[in-house]
Amino acid sequence: MTFAIELAYWQQTIVKSIAVLICVLLPAGAFVNLFLFKMSSFMQSRLGPMEAGPHGQLQLLAEVGKSFQKEDLVPTKADEKLFKLAPYLIVASVLLVYVVVPFGPDAYFTNIDVGIFYALAVSSISVIGVLIAGWASANKYSLLGGLRAAGQLIAYELPMVLAVVGVVIQAGTMNLQGIVGAQANGEIFGFGALGNPYILTQFFGFLIFLVAAQAELTQTPFDMPVAESEIVAGYMTEYSGLRFLLFFIAEFASVGAFGALAATMFLGGWYLPGLDLDANYMNVLGPLILFTKIIVIAGIIFFVRFTYPRFREDQLQKVAWTVLIPLSLVNIFATATLKVVF
Amino acid sequence: MTAVSERQQLQYIAGQAADARVNVELETEGMTLNLGPQHPATHGTLRIIVRLDGEQVVSADPVMGYMHRGYEKLVEVRTYPQVTTLINRIDWLSSFCNEVPFILAAEKLMDVEAPPRAQWIRTILFELGRVSNIGLFLGEMGLQLGAMTAAFYAFRDREFVLNQIEAVTGGRFHPNFDRIGGLKDDLPKGWIDETKRVMKRMREFCVEMEDLLVGNEIFQARMRGIGVIPAEVGLSYGLSGANIRASGVDWDIRRDSKLSPLPYDQLDWHVWTHPDGDSFARYWVRLQETVEATKIVDQLLDGLPSGPIMAKVPRIIKVPEGEAYVETENPLGAMGYYIVSKGDLGPFRVKIRSASFNNVSITPWVLRGVYVPDVITILASLYFILGDIDR
Amino acid sequence: MSSADTETTETAPEPTDDLRAGVLAAFESELGDAVVASHLKPNDDLWIRVSAVAWHTTAELAKHKFGFSWFDYLSAIDWMPSPFGRYEDAEVDTPLAEKLNQPYDLETGVAGGDTRFQLLARVVDVRNRHVGVHLKSDVPDDTMTMPTWTKVYAGADWHERETWEMYGITFEGHPELRHLYLPTEFEGFPLRKDYPLLPRVVKPWPGIVDVEPMPGEEPGEDEETEAEGEA
Repeated sequence: MTFAIELAYWQQTIVKSIAVLICVLLPAGAFVNLFLFKMSSFMQSRLGPMEAGPHGQLQLLAEVGKSFQKEDLVPTKADEKLFKLAPYLIVASVLLVYVVVPFGPDAYFTNIDVGIFYALAVSSISVIGVLIAGWASANKYSLLGGLRAAGQLIAYELPMVLAVVGVVIQAGTMNLQGIVGAQANGEIFGFGALGNPYILTQFFGFLIFLVAAQAELTQTPFDMPVAESEIVAGYMTEYSGLRFLLFFIAEFASVGAFGALAATMFLGGWYLPGLDLDANYMNVLGPLILFTKIIVIAGIIFFVRFTYPRFREDQLQKVAWTVLIPLSLVNIFATATLKVVF
Repeated sequence: MTAVSERQQLQYIAGQAADARVNVELETEGMTLNLGPQHPATHGTLRIIVRLDGEQVVSADPVMGYMHRGYEKLVEVRTYPQVTTLINRIDWLSSFCNEVPFILAAEKLMDVEAPPRAQWIRTILFELGRVSNIGLFLGEMGLQLGAMTAAFYAFRDREFVLNQIEAVTGGRFHPNFDRIGGLKDDLPKGWIDETKRVMKRMREFCVEMEDLLVGNEIFQARMRGIGVIPAEVGLSYGLSGANIRASGVDWDIRRDSKLSPLPYDQLDWHVWTHPDGDSFARYWVRLQETVEATKIVDQLLDGLPSGPIMAKVPRIIKVPEGEAYVETENPLGAMGYYIVSKGDLGPFRVKIRSASFNNVSITPWVLRGVYVPDVITILASLYFILGDIDR
Repeated sequence: MSSADTETTETAPEPTDDLRAGVLAAFESELGDAVVASHLKPNDDLWIRVSAVAWHTTAELAKHKFGFSWFDYLSAIDWMPSPFGRYEDAEVDTPLAEKLNQPYDLETGVAGGDTRFQLLARVVDVRNRHVGVHLKSDVPDDTMTMPTWTKVYAGADWHERETWEMYGITFEGHPELRHLYLPTEFEGFPLRKDYPLLPRVVKPWPGIVDVEPMPGEEPGEDEETEAEGEA
């Protein structure tokens, strides 16, 4: 990593650690505030929080403060160690996804050659966390939620991976920085001014990825694990205070993580056409551009969340196995053919 | 047309049977899940003890009485006007509708007829109660399925109807407005035009619900073929209202009972039925009924006769000896009061026939073999109010 | 009914109700002696009182033969006048044990009755004729048992449970007669007239009598205020 100032390795590590925490908390906070509090409220013809701060902007602070001062409850019959471990597992998996996302030409945590492969693999760790939470809570509702989640998350891994394969074929590399570069430098039928954002050529892949991401994030219409009107809060029922806050942050941060992956793979990442690919100022501008694109994708995800009713578990699995996977296989086939032909 | 429901029903049952065979081989032990009494899905304190095999229900047993207030005992010590305050609180979403059958039965025993203007205004308030009650159901069904936005729209648009009821009776929720012999007060000035505007708005709301929910593929997938109740089973359990009309039985007390002094026979309206008998049918029938109710209110407002609002009744009301039963088509179903009078200031015995009691009694039958999410869907589509079950 | 006019000899005819008269005739022809009494209010309602042993047969006939497919409700009436009155005079209406076993005049209602408890049920023909019939039956005082309707009308299940827990009438053949509203350990049968309304016993209801006169009034004007009612 090149800086304008020289930092020792341990100082770089500290900066990176703080940066990844900001990376996780900033989108989580932004999404909660913008989408959960305000956008959903306006969609439901109400105002949302208005008291804390001007127009309720400090509500987030109030929520965090409230969660911190709550009593530390562990149910008597719960498996204490596992019960306490589960939220940290889920947050850890989200943190690990952000590690490979490039924010600028030199602004990244690490540049792995199998970046997207790693990101998808590591995002599956959250399944273990959910299962542990469901089982260790010693609550039948949580168990139901945890089992539903396990089935759903595993089922929707496949369409997501297959949708990404199309992008990888087109870009020729799994390295996320390379994918951004391929979109920046690519041409559509010879027209190179706009680059080649893969949303245009991989449109179906994009749609499949969005649907699979909605399911991976357990957002409605795929929120069976947390079906509020049936099993109260699913695997999160017994958690309160700081642990619940961790689940919450993990949920919204993972929306940001998947949004970042989608923005990088389909929307062009930190690059906007017309800007210099290698300049140093892009290290400052890139994160802002990427953040804007993340907000757009998260907006779509939350808009769908507040509109649709939820699928039943078996219908959910049917959609994954009989609709999404065949479609994504067709997508790969078509991409590969067209790549060879053109 | 019933062939559609039969085929779906057979497919559904065959599907459940196939799954049940697999589960038996795996020898999983049943899990007992307690839905309620505090639960977001049950509207109020209903408790259902569900024995599960995986995610399938083996048996369901509703336990109620958490809200039992003992109305049938309480009315024995009250005078007739005092009883009206009590029975407002049976079905609290459309309170005025609870008073009407009781007052009509008492009037029948006293041989008193309320003047036409009072009867027409009674019907208007009755239908307004129906619009507000079923309007909430339309939105709240989406909430049970996960589309929470619809419920907010229902609450928002229902406020307008409640404002109208409040303008006349002084109470949004418990008007206590009906009196033996007529009504307490007349309509305020400007109420008729405002109500017509509100009815137009409710029709737009129903169109909005249709756009948001009915056409949605997920909604259809969750509701079609779920909880099919054949007409004969429904009739023998005593289902009423939209529940039985959704199973194909063309019966509406407003049209078919020739005893009612309410002016439904002078209006032009339609009874909606649906042949399928599943949850979607129940939703669809209620949607059409709400629109129909708004049109009925419009016709009533147009043809409202003038005249006195209260007949000549003595100050102290003593109902002569006898027994009478009046049943009306309340929003939740058929509600009736059987009054036994011995010439006193108050009734000797009142049997309150509430619609939700029979509607919920079918749950052990209809919930066998369904999935846990479907339990919620079926309960929501049967649409009960706890005060109506528990009285 | 008849006008004071002496020239016409016609009286206003009793309105005929062929529909209900036909229903009554059908029941009478099938059940014969089991129909103990009946009451027909023209264009209004029909009550038929059957004997206890024929209670199940009546249901079968009604559903399968006469087409009364819709089950409305099933409940009971306790005809004993309440020994506590209306709990209005606290001195007189206390639930003393002596009051409970006093003899009383059994005055039953429409279609008569011979016992203290009567079952009351209603079924309606909703498909064809749109007519309902009230069925009554005397519950034998010694056994307090009646046959069940659940084999004919499935909805009677809950109604019979409620009648059992509120009145103490056992239904023979009912699959599981247990409490519906009341907690499992509850003792007593609340809707019986000799079961006191405990809140009124514990504390006199302030809505009956003004314990304190309104300012400017003298005591003794209670009658007026009571008659005003709560309207």
